[in-house]
Amino acid sequence: MLRYALLRLLGAIPTLLLVVVLAFLMVHAAPGGPFDAERALPADIEANIAAAYHLDEPLPQQFLRYLRGVLQGDLGPSYRYRDHTVSALIGAAFPLSLRLGATAMLLALLVGIAAGSVAALRRNSVVDRLLMGFAMTGISIPVFVVAPLLVLLLAVKLQWLPAGWSGNEGASRYLLPVIALALPQIAYIARLTRASMIDVLGSDFIRTARAQGLRTAAILRHHALKPAMLPVLSYLGPAIAAILTGSVVVEEIFGSPGLGQFFVRGALNRDYTLVLGIVIFYASLVVLLNLVVDLLYAAIDPRIRHR
Amino acid sequence: MSAVRGFWRRTRDSRAAMFTGGLLLGIVVVAIVGPLVSPHDYLQTNFDELLRRPTISDLRFFGTDDLGRDLFVRSMMGVQVTILVAIVASIVSLVIGVTYGAIAGYVGGRVDAVMMRFVDTLYALPFIFFVILLMVAFERNFLLIFIAIGAINWLDMARIVRGQTLSLREREFVQAARLTGVSSLGIIFRHITPNLVGVVVVYVTLTIPQAILVESFLSFLGLGIQEPQTSLGALVDAGVNQMEGASWMLLIPATLLAVILMCFNFLGDAMRDVFDARDSR
Repeated sequence: MLRYALLRLLGAIPTLLLVVVLAFLMVHAAPGGPFDAERALPADIEANIAAAYHLDEPLPQQFLRYLRGVLQGDLGPSYRYRDHTVSALIGAAFPLSLRLGATAMLLALLVGIAAGSVAALRRNSVVDRLLMGFAMTGISIPVFVVAPLLVLLLAVKLQWLPAGWSGNEGASRYLLPVIALALPQIAYIARLTRASMIDVLGSDFIRTARAQGLRTAAILRHHALKPAMLPVLSYLGPAIAAILTGSVVVEEIFGSPGLGQFFVRGALNRDYTLVLGIVIFYASLVVLLNLVVDLLYAAIDPRIRHR
Repeated sequence: MSAVRGFWRRTRDSRAAMFTGGLLLGIVVVAIVGPLVSPHDYLQTNFDELLRRPTISDLRFFGTDDLGRDLFVRSMMGVQVTILVAIVASIVSLVIGVTYGAIAGYVGGRVDAVMMRFVDTLYALPFIFFVILLMVAFERNFLLIFIAIGAINWLDMARIVRGQTLSLREREFVQAARLTGVSSLGIIFRHITPNLVGVVVVYVTLTIPQAILVESFLSFLGLGIQEPQTSLGALVDAGVNQMEGASWMLLIPATLLAVILMCFNFLGDAMRDVFDARDSR
């Protein structure tokens, strides 16, 4: 297991390097510089700015400087939020996004697995059809449509929950963003759980357990749940990426001051270094969390690590 | 090409595929014909008719937006743009994916291993963020949107095509072509690719909704299609700002987007069933 973990960790290094190279090249291949939008400056001032941000160096040298910074956790200064480094902005904004995302993930797992299991146990019943109908709808409707619809229904029409972030205190302001983030994932996880649970429930060892007179609840808890969870576990990687992407929209809609909002603002303000830094941060996060999921998978299913 | 005809025959027999396909076709026809026959223009602002509710009278089926522009015509233009972007992006991903997958599968060996390792590496990356980065760096270039969205979705296609090519390459007709001296590229494009039509059609139907999703996501954030051009994502974004007073501005484009996405998802599922039916036969 340790050998497997080390190998996978080494395997992630080229991916992370690719992330930095890709992101850096994309920004620097673009025509024009970050300060072009402002009115024309005298040549010597322009040269001074270029020198201050090391834009006068050849590209490979700029890249190595940037890479060295990234390795030390320094993503450079923000072009628009003067006096702030990108790392400091990420450090300030990320905890809120993490809280929203982690809660949504947990909710999606709980509800999705429960709904999927119920659908599998009551296969082809009305409950199953209803649940799977909801799930297909949930998969088809993107987060940026779900979120405003929830606001319209629960906040504007029924006035049960607050719509915005500022001016509201307490846990209630977390509810809508978390539900909006979790809903599509609930749909995916429910479908996955149902399919794999049906598969597992049809296998020989479950039939044996049933023949021995075990109650359905006990079969589910002790025998069926763990093998049925493997496909769900391997979906966690894409789910994490989807929740990160979703959080960008959700934070924009609800106005919660997390990293997603900084990202959108940065993109609209053409704050190169901020966007570059956040992309690298997000991508590395996804790569590393994928690695964690893979290791979890290997820890649970020994067939993987002995292949 | 008998492969294509057989595929069409099986598709025709699938009720789900015909229904969702028909519904989509209907939406596209209305989206193209609607703006032509409507008396209203999608750019014309009208300050006497701000935020009018949808009515049948004077053909304001979907009402007007906060600048008095006709929302029916704008929604239909949005559908046009959304579907156009999705189709072009899917063609981009089709060309990249089929070429990449077919070459990896046909050449095989170490080249194949390296090419597929690269695909695995790319799989782990959240591409949407890189697309946003591109949009920031290149100032929302329209053409770039197409290419960038297409460049995201070729990975699945490459994998599937490679798998099919691996098995096709051992078949007699490929051996025969090789014996008569056809070049490798000639075999890939003349003999292998035509036999990939089935899988490719299935995966293109599954790629289109993903492309729609990416485009509308970007437009929603204000990073995709720019005013006065519009797309369903941009319309949803405009609707969010007006939802307290004029909920139709949100509900109409949101419903259209959801229905289109759902149709493509169902169609893709149905097509996969059609295709699997051939495999099991």
